[in-house]
Amino acid sequence: MVLHSPWRADFPALSLFEAQGQTYLDSAATAQKPQALIDALTGYYTSGVANVHRAQHSPAERVTRLYEAARQRVASWLNAASPSQIVFTRGTTEALNLLAYGLEHRLAAGDEIVISALEHHANLLPWQQLALRTQARLVILPLDARGEIELDAAARLIGPRTRILAVSQLSNVLGRWQPVEALLQLARAQGAITVVDGAQASVHGRHDLQALGCDFYAFSAHKLYGPDGVGVLYGRADCLDRLKHWQFGGEMVRRADFHSADFHAAPMGLEAGTPPIAGVIGLSAALDYLCSLDAQAVRRHEQALLEHLVAGLSVREGVRLLGEPQAALASFVVDDVHHADLAQLLGEQGVAVRGGNHCAMPLMQRLGVPGAIRVSLGLYNDGEDLTRFFAALDQALEILR
Amino acid sequence: MSLPPAARAALDAFAGCPGWEQRARLLMQWGERLEPLGEAERVPANQVQGCESSVWLLAERREGCWHFRAYSDARLLRGLLAVLLARVDGLGGEELAQLDVAEWFDQLGLSRQLSPSRSNGMNAVLQRMRELTRS
Ligand SMILES: Cc1ncc(COP(=O)(O)O)c(C=O)c1O
Repeated sequence: MVLHSPWRADFPALSLFEAQGQTYLDSAATAQKPQALIDALTGYYTSGVANVHRAQHSPAERVTRLYEAARQRVASWLNAASPSQIVFTRGTTEALNLLAYGLEHRLAAGDEIVISALEHHANLLPWQQLALRTQARLVILPLDARGEIELDAAARLIGPRTRILAVSQLSNVLGRWQPVEALLQLARAQGAITVVDGAQASVHGRHDLQALGCDFYAFSAHKLYGPDGVGVLYGRADCLDRLKHWQFGGEMVRRADFHSADFHAAPMGLEAGTPPIAGVIGLSAALDYLCSLDAQAVRRHEQALLEHLVAGLSVREGVRLLGEPQAALASFVVDDVHHADLAQLLGEQGVAVRGGNHCAMPLMQRLGVPGAIRVSLGLYNDGEDLTRFFAALDQALEILR
Repeated sequence: MSLPPAARAALDAFAGCPGWEQRARLLMQWGERLEPLGEAERVPANQVQGCESSVWLLAERREGCWHFRAYSDARLLRGLLAVLLARVDGLGGEELAQLDVAEWFDQLGLSRQLSPSRSNGMNAVLQRMRELTRS
């Protein structure tokens, strides 16, 4: 099958990898960067840097304008009503930690925080620790065999004590879209605060957050073909206003004396210290790049790759998929073969996939596997990449069995 | 320094190994030589922290010499453990402290297995070995 990616040439690393005999199939961990982003970073650094929101000189004005334009860019990407609903963080993990601290004052002993069994540690540990701090109860929504949160169980488990619902929109292990709309409805009916981990989902399709209706949404730029060290926390205006400040210092303060201080509202009040300015500008450039693509064509391409991947895995003896993946990644185990051995032999052959627990140890325990191999796709992957992967897989399995 | 016989055998086998494939097969063969640990030994207290795969390491001192036993669920890692033990088993505390393990793996053509980006856990195993033999 010929599956050509018309966007591959936009990513300089891909041709370098090709020259080195490397096949990159680990984009769910972090994605390669388009030339447009590299140019934006170079442009920012070469035209003179300055800190934002701090000085009256003209470089600072120019950079602050770029920084705020990026906020606007992200807001329109997510269809947020206003750019003031966009808080820049260091990543999804930091965004979720911000929430776990910012919402702490709204929890009391015996309240419930509801997450699901498939959460990445980033959307588990902050809530687990919050529950421990406040003596709240962490409730885990179970999954069905396809890897989808069970709505029947959710309807029973989301109840009057539920204060927070935090779920992933797309699983980083199972590649399955979650019934987030229905879950949000259940949570809203109980007056709970809703949080969506969009770290994987944001990469595959654009999401209209006003339509989705969640209170908070978090994602990382580096998975979305943007720079690392930058993330986004979107919040509904009234929800952001009720967050407690959590990190202190820099320009987040409005007035301070030695013994007291008042702080700015969101977003500035939640961006303590010098933000990742270059990264934010880079994220904006990455979104510009993505906007210039035919989104339908990207979707069809990723879908065709996934089908090819799943079909190829399914015909191989002893290979067992975890769940039923729907988007851009698939995880599998092989009977009588340790995932670490397989990952190592794929690595020896220049195939970059991930083996292990994928930052979801409790999910692995639920699935009854010590770990798995994950193949994940970006828009720059093509049929050749999968052909090389399958050849390497067959070779590795022949050695290991 | 003269090599213990098992280490000499490992060196002879691995040094002449032409490619990753043969090396992988050889590692698995060596891994088969590791004597499996009993249920009672595969307990958290003997487990090496920081490995993606489960690895257990036991050390015992007899007449001034260190003796180790190790096991892993992963076969290639078992092979790496076997060639490590071939080199270190029976050494005295002083010899062990002075041994350059990285050089040993390098001689076997396995230096990449110790690179910091490897999640296979060999570095954690070495760390644990140092902890066990320091006390
Ligand atoms: C579903 C999910 N949530 C959260 C994260 C954490 O993202 P980051 O490490 O960029 O903070 C990841 C990244 O692997 C993820 O896949």
